[in-house]
Amino acid sequence: MDHTPAPAGRTRLDSYVDRYAARTAGMTASEIRALFSVASRPEVVSLAGGMPNISGLPLDVVGGAIADLISESGPTALQYGSGQGTPELREQICEVMALEGISAHPDDVVVTVGSQQAVDLVTRIFCDPGDVVICEAPSYVGALGVFKAFECEVVHAEMDEHGLRPDALRAAIAAVQASGRRIKFLYTIPNFHNPAGVTLSAERRPEILEICREADVLILEDNPYGLLGFDQAPMRALRADEAEGVIYLGSFSKTFAPGFRVGWALAPHAVREKLVLAQESATLCPPSFSQMAVSSYLREHDWQGQVKSFREMYRERRDAMVDALEDLMPPGCSWTVPSGGFYVWLTVPPGVDTKAMLPRAVTARVAYVPGTAFFADGFGSSAMRLSFCYPTPERIREGVRRLAGVLEEEMELRATFGATGSHEALTRSRYDGPGSDQA
Amino acid sequence: MTTDPPSTPPPATPPAVGRVVVVAGGLSHERDVSLRSGRRVADAMRSAGLEVEQLDADATLLPRLAEDPPACVVPMLHGETGEDGAIREVLELLDLPYVGAVPTACRAAFDKPTAKAMVSRAGVHTPASVCLPHETFRELGAAAVMSALTDRLGLPLMVKPARSGSALGCSVVRTPADLPHAMVDAFAYGALALAERFVSGTEVAVGVVDTGDGPRALSPVSIHPDGGVYDYTARYTAGSTEFQVPATLSPELAEECARVAVLVHETLGLRDVSRSDLIVDDEGTVWFLEANVAPGFTETSTVPLAVSADGLDLGALFSRFVDTAVARGVHRA
Repeated sequence: MDHTPAPAGRTRLDSYVDRYAARTAGMTASEIRALFSVASRPEVVSLAGGMPNISGLPLDVVGGAIADLISESGPTALQYGSGQGTPELREQICEVMALEGISAHPDDVVVTVGSQQAVDLVTRIFCDPGDVVICEAPSYVGALGVFKAFECEVVHAEMDEHGLRPDALRAAIAAVQASGRRIKFLYTIPNFHNPAGVTLSAERRPEILEICREADVLILEDNPYGLLGFDQAPMRALRADEAEGVIYLGSFSKTFAPGFRVGWALAPHAVREKLVLAQESATLCPPSFSQMAVSSYLREHDWQGQVKSFREMYRERRDAMVDALEDLMPPGCSWTVPSGGFYVWLTVPPGVDTKAMLPRAVTARVAYVPGTAFFADGFGSSAMRLSFCYPTPERIREGVRRLAGVLEEEMELRATFGATGSHEALTRSRYDGPGSDQA
Repeated sequence: MTTDPPSTPPPATPPAVGRVVVVAGGLSHERDVSLRSGRRVADAMRSAGLEVEQLDADATLLPRLAEDPPACVVPMLHGETGEDGAIREVLELLDLPYVGAVPTACRAAFDKPTAKAMVSRAGVHTPASVCLPHETFRELGAAAVMSALTDRLGLPLMVKPARSGSALGCSVVRTPADLPHAMVDAFAYGALALAERFVSGTEVAVGVVDTGDGPRALSPVSIHPDGGVYDYTARYTAGSTEFQVPATLSPELAEECARVAVLVHETLGLRDVSRSDLIVDDEGTVWFLEANVAPGFTETSTVPLAVSADGLDLGALFSRFVDTAVARGVHRA
């Protein structure tokens, strides 16, 4: 560190500029992130945010349960707790996971601050800088942020309408192994993928497990949307058929409410021990109050009935979005039709850059997340993620109508200027994904 | 006109002023920057003893202003609506005094080709430029128009939206192949794009303040971004740009930058506060790039840096602007 005092009048407006870790290099202001500040305004139809729509929650029931919790168990709820999580909640989590075919013991569950923290803890205990993580292409922006923070190298494997392609996974594993690097795990979102909206087919699941077993690749199965399928019973989890080679992550953010920040990891015994120690060093313990509130909700309320009503609400919104896309999108666009979850992945005609188009969309009062946010390698500019979870069906249609107009203008502009080559744009920030309320 | 730092304004007399409303946010692409500017100015005025409320520029604004009219409004909106004069037109309709330039002056300053033409007529150097809408490229053929552009202006070029701020949509074009992409990026922020001859040199920002005794330049600030370009990231990521105040210029050049900034302020008919963005080339020529009628007051903005370097207090300075605005009232241009 340079301890030479700065001459009078010379400043970087940051006293600590020479002290930050190298990994903060990409933590910079970005005009794309700034645009999301406008997207949060009610005048804008935001098809960007991935916020669960909790308007249907019985807030009187939740409020009463919380009041009871404080009056009956306040000293415990407001105290530190176990780093692994409360025994009651871990037992209930096992019951939730049983709906997807998982047989687990509460001792192997670690409660976390949302499943986002579980991604962080797993990466923390497995990855050194330069280690490889294989992710689907595209992948969840919040996980990519964690992998980047731990200086992992992300290698993407392609998907299609049936989810992760086995041949692409084999090729990615072979390429990494041929280069002499070590794959620490495969990060996958098998159900109602964020952002792609596709689901790993039942036929492919054994094959994916077998590929990873043969190559000795650990699987990190992230499943926040698994109970939000519109047209079928929950898919059987990968973890249901492979206990030792899979770490499973779950969350109450979509089935109950994200504000409690309660998720979990189910891991093999030795891994779980390290996760608990990592949890204790990160937060001491997950919040007792939140865990007990979630337990109370699961115990006292018809939570599966509530999830059913969520599913019906999201299905109506999915239908509104898909219908609007079919009616309004210009030729050359294509999109996934999700059978659950929150997201549609829209691919635009060649030449259109969804990141460059975002300012025009915000001017037209509609927002989306450019596809580049979901790739670690710069790809994704010809796609975008559209969320149907939050706006009403009427607002979704209006948003798609605005988006179609923006796309048509952009296509006309691209037609005028033809193929556009590389250039030195005054935009070089490395992380331009949405913030926590949009992820 | 002078280049001496202005003297510290005497303290405001808070009880006489009444409630001040800072309007920040809005729906422009610079909403985030505006909110930060507004928050800083509001806090500074509160520290100076004023009663300050910060409001967003949305459908609730006018009813609230009408229900409880403030003594003065401080528009801290950046980008369109904030800097194109529209919000000030509305404030005049409501007979509310405000800090800053009148709508006509805002319109002239915010429209880069207009501002460049006006200051050029006043004898200020400004890089040669051409401003065109997308339709011109479509109707006449983009290749032919772009070829004419580079033939006339040469390379490299700076391509930017004609009406925008914070370097949004700006690109340096070094080869003809870069130009189409740069035009598309600029048109993403507006209907008109400005292609300007690129001037290499030291970027300098000069704030101009008028506390009632005529416009005076603050100390020029020279800007040295790590990546070589003062883009959005370099502007709003603390630590990524080195600022020098007073600027790394000879006293004569610093004096010339200050003179140009005050001349721009006067030529465009600006009031109270403005900022001119300049470049000093290797031959010592000072070039005008653009003027800002609602300059940024974020933690990484240049005008508050100069205010502090000149020994002024931001809250006291804005108190003086408010006093001046209240005293002059609303006079339709």
